[in-house]
Amino acid sequence: MPTTVQTVTGATETMVLNMGPQHPSTHGVLRVVLELDGETVVKARPEIGYLHTGIEKSCEAKTYSQAITLTDRLDYLAPLSNNLCYCLAVEKLLGLQVPKRAQYIRVLLTELTRIGSHLVWLGSHAIDLGAMSMFLYCFREREEIMKIFEMVSGQRMMTSYFRIGGLALEPPAGWLAPVERFLNMFPGRLQEYENLLTKNRIWLGRTVGVGTLRAEDAIALGVTGPTLRASGVAYDVRKFFPYCSYEEFDFDVPTHNDGDCYARYLLRLEEMRQSLSIIRQAMPKILPEGPIRTEAPGIVPPQREKMKTEMEALIYHFKIFTEGFSPPPGEVYQAIESPRGELGFYVSSDGSPKPARVKVRAPSFVNLQALPKLVEGRLIADLVACIGTIDIILGEVDR
Amino acid sequence: MTAIQDLEQNPIVRKLREWSAQAVAEATVFRGELTVVVPRERLRHVAEFLRGDPELQFTLLADITATDRFPLEPRFELNYHLVSLAGHERLRVKVRVAASEPVADSVTTVWPTADWHEREIFDLFGVRFEGHPDLRRILMPEDWEGHPLRKDYPTEGFL
Repeated sequence: MPTTVQTVTGATETMVLNMGPQHPSTHGVLRVVLELDGETVVKARPEIGYLHTGIEKSCEAKTYSQAITLTDRLDYLAPLSNNLCYCLAVEKLLGLQVPKRAQYIRVLLTELTRIGSHLVWLGSHAIDLGAMSMFLYCFREREEIMKIFEMVSGQRMMTSYFRIGGLALEPPAGWLAPVERFLNMFPGRLQEYENLLTKNRIWLGRTVGVGTLRAEDAIALGVTGPTLRASGVAYDVRKFFPYCSYEEFDFDVPTHNDGDCYARYLLRLEEMRQSLSIIRQAMPKILPEGPIRTEAPGIVPPQREKMKTEMEALIYHFKIFTEGFSPPPGEVYQAIESPRGELGFYVSSDGSPKPARVKVRAPSFVNLQALPKLVEGRLIADLVACIGTIDIILGEVDR
Repeated sequence: MTAIQDLEQNPIVRKLREWSAQAVAEATVFRGELTVVVPRERLRHVAEFLRGDPELQFTLLADITATDRFPLEPRFELNYHLVSLAGHERLRVKVRVAASEPVADSVTTVWPTADWHEREIFDLFGVRFEGHPDLRRILMPEDWEGHPLRKDYPTEGFL
């Protein structure tokens, strides 16, 4: 990097510092090459790829159903969002309709995922800025969500619960009781977080006016999700391009105009409240009984009982798990609103049982590009706050 | 798949064809998604028009995806997924790139977000972008040989 930049203090000599890839506040293995004038960041250049696992390439060697397990590992704080987006993309490619009951369960669980993901964000962002106790509180509440996931899917994190055509299995009896308990408990806890942080002078000092992103810049840089909405643009995929019956739910898309770290903090708290409202609306819609998978012989595995009594069901089961199914040639792009922004899956089929191309439009990957815009001209300590508020997951950035 | 004649009524396709007769080589709708194929040399002009036109306003470039159709020719396809925040519309712009000359115009001047997307495609597919400010590998190590997402690159083992 050249060292002849005109710096803030007028000096022409700057220092180059590697922040990461092993640094506690870079949330994974992110390296930021910083050009510093004293403590002021003159230039920041994110370097990524340390967690590149070739998931997109691996998908091309798997059948459509097998690839679901890989999607969990992209954004490991929101595995159900990834499952959902991939399944929706393949269902679109096949032209499958999913039963309403499965759609509502999907909505409920992805909104719980959003709350869980925002809790990890809040906890880790707060600990970056020196508020240790928030981290413990947030993980305490997230644990309740994890227990619900474990109850429903058998897994805490790598759920793979959404499958092409519906859900993997029927949720256990009484699974809505812990959701209800969570709904009753959580608003009070959110208020506690607000009491601790929202008017806290140290918190305000570290976040107000820090890392301001203007709306035009955010759109030009492709930023989506809470980071974009905190800059005043009400773009939410759930409202703009509804999927999974989101058009039946009544919720607001909160926005802020300041575009700084504090606006992004307030916005995510408000989003958690909206998610609670969506979950509350979804609960009465989920009937105690009904299909969780669509009837699509040769694509969706048949019910266990049918396999024991019907020859065709047994044959389809065998064929699905040995060679998979072949969607018609074509390409689709399906986007959803993940906790971090627009998560998109581009799936292209050449008519064979394996996808010709799976591309993940990872919101973290795109949002991270805005980092230099947020931090250049500010202190290193602000960089930590900014990395925190754009909420990146390196598993998704590097794929 | 619908031929272009049937799509003449689509407002986006009509607008593009009114603006320039050569802008759209082909237009299809599959599963409700509109795709327009743009000749490679006209990409940047079409991009500027789509972004700047007051009726279209495709201001958000959500994603750029490359696909390798090996051994078919033209080998590479670049898919630009656009969103119009004003019109609540999505559009896929497709550009075909031949294996003999894997080069396309960079759209970083139109949508700055294209920067990392184009670097990723250069890294994983080996398609170069004319006019990109800093075309380096992004995910693979700098000294890596080959382009992993090409179809003739093995999933396991070595080249």
